[in-house]
Amino acid sequence: MVRKLRLTVPAAFGYLMLAGFVGVSLLPFWVAIKTAITQPGDVFQTASSIAPGELTFGNFTRVLGLPSSVELTSVRASPINFALSLRNSLIYTALTVAGQLFFSSLAAYAFARLKFPGRNLMFYGFLASTMIPAIVLFIPNFILIKDLGLINTFAGMVAPTVLMTPFAVFFMRQFFLSAPRELDEAAKLEGASAFQIFWRIALPIQAGPMATLAILLSINSWNEFFWPFLVGRGEDVRVMAVALSDFMSQTSQRTPDWSGLMAALTLSILPVIALLFVFGRQIVESLQSSGMK
Amino acid sequence: MTDRHRSPLSGTSRTASGTSRAARKWREALTGYAFVAPAFVGFAVFYLLPTVRAMQISLTDWNLLRAPRFVGLANFERLLHDDKFWHSCEVTLAYVLYNIPLQTALGLALAVLSDRLARSVILRALIISPYLISNVVSGLIWLFMLDPLLGLTNAWLVAVGLPHQPFLASPDQAIISVAGISIWRHTGLTALLFYAGLQSIPKHLYEAARLEGAGEWLMFRRITLPLLRPVMAFVLVTTIIGSFQVFDVIAVTTSGGPADASRVILWFIYENAFQFNKMGYASAVSILLFLVLILITLVQMRLLRADQSDLD
Repeated sequence: MVRKLRLTVPAAFGYLMLAGFVGVSLLPFWVAIKTAITQPGDVFQTASSIAPGELTFGNFTRVLGLPSSVELTSVRASPINFALSLRNSLIYTALTVAGQLFFSSLAAYAFARLKFPGRNLMFYGFLASTMIPAIVLFIPNFILIKDLGLINTFAGMVAPTVLMTPFAVFFMRQFFLSAPRELDEAAKLEGASAFQIFWRIALPIQAGPMATLAILLSINSWNEFFWPFLVGRGEDVRVMAVALSDFMSQTSQRTPDWSGLMAALTLSILPVIALLFVFGRQIVESLQSSGMK
Repeated sequence: MTDRHRSPLSGTSRTASGTSRAARKWREALTGYAFVAPAFVGFAVFYLLPTVRAMQISLTDWNLLRAPRFVGLANFERLLHDDKFWHSCEVTLAYVLYNIPLQTALGLALAVLSDRLARSVILRALIISPYLISNVVSGLIWLFMLDPLLGLTNAWLVAVGLPHQPFLASPDQAIISVAGISIWRHTGLTALLFYAGLQSIPKHLYEAARLEGAGEWLMFRRITLPLLRPVMAFVLVTTIIGSFQVFDVIAVTTSGGPADASRVILWFIYENAFQFNKMGYASAVSILLFLVLILITLVQMRLLRADQSDLD
């Protein structure tokens, strides 16, 4: 039995430390949000305080390229249309996640359930590729995408990750390994094709793990920076992370447009916060188990 | 699924009953190859071939405008005498040393605290929330909070009577500040991994120790820490590998500055490849980084005996 906790002095100190951790973790989120809802003219006076200045939603409309009350009263328009970048992030994320989910689970199923010469070698090859630093691959991959004329296209941006990521393959393989095989066998006797068994039987059983994987992959793709930064700088394909970085280098170094930046940045983290609210348990539990073999 | 049951006996089942074991194995193998094919193409084209290509490119002088010229190991020789390269190694090492011990200690403390005091999943969700937003976003928020003129951090330092700090704006503090941002973003994940490890330690060990009169600190040192070793190995290997490749936060906060104070190895490679078009030289550094990371990982696995558990 776990001993009943009394509020001893060490325990009180422990709770205080936990509260401190949570406070430090959440404070920057609040700073971003409160700056996003502050009039640009008030940012300087309110920057060192926890409270926002005079409230406005004008910064959001301003960075989305919509007519804005702030624009009339204050400094500048946004040099970057973040509505377009949000759209680009959505397209990029949807393409990579859909591709990885389908092709990686197809491969994971084969690795877990089918026997073929070279299977283990191939699987260990996938496993070993996680050790390669991304930058080693980025240089030749950049040259390849450039030679193919795919710079500043979604095709070039999603190409390296759409067919598989080692993580997605391992994740799904574990679940296919431990799933019951009786249904597969029965379907095989009924004359179902291998793809039908995969698509109609093996995959639907894994709806839960698939959903978790989809959430994790979506967060990853949404946050991806380096590769899109190398091959997707054009306005029509530029994702949020890259647009935020460009916005910062385009506003004046002396007086950056902090309220505009924080408004755009808040828009970019809202989908992730929403996922955490709805699927918090799945996200926590799947990240938690990622360290266990 | 139901319509499959009603399907008439078609060609497939006739062959299945009439053919030998060897033919069925052959069919299964073909299916396996077909299923793996798309992922394998992705692996071959974007992982396997580029690794080989990177090694080839590292032996050339290539600016993408003219054809690559084979130069043997000249790029690697040049590295040995390139002060900027050695400086970037120092900066990276400093970053790793500021980052890893503190992040690991804080993560462990946080894990033990939440395991003993508050096992709610909501608490863990709050704690990993910084990890779920991108490095770019973390870097930009902290750039604002650490601003020497209007940052919240300085306002609070001054309020409690401490001196004003330049943080990212100064050569002395830039890399420490970048490490601090990484610690903020990553400690929650480290804590979560340790927390999972703690759940696998049998509770009866603690009960037995308590009966013997052991205190919290003794139990932590004699039970918790040794039994967390496999998780510790995983955490250290992955966070150290990640730290050697820090890039995003630097790209949006300091761009390697001020005065090269945060030009880490990845920024050095990025500049050479994508700003100076020295593909051969940049690839040589990246290959070297790859080798160093493999070496560090092997040494760590050995030191931490990562594949063994003390539980058996």
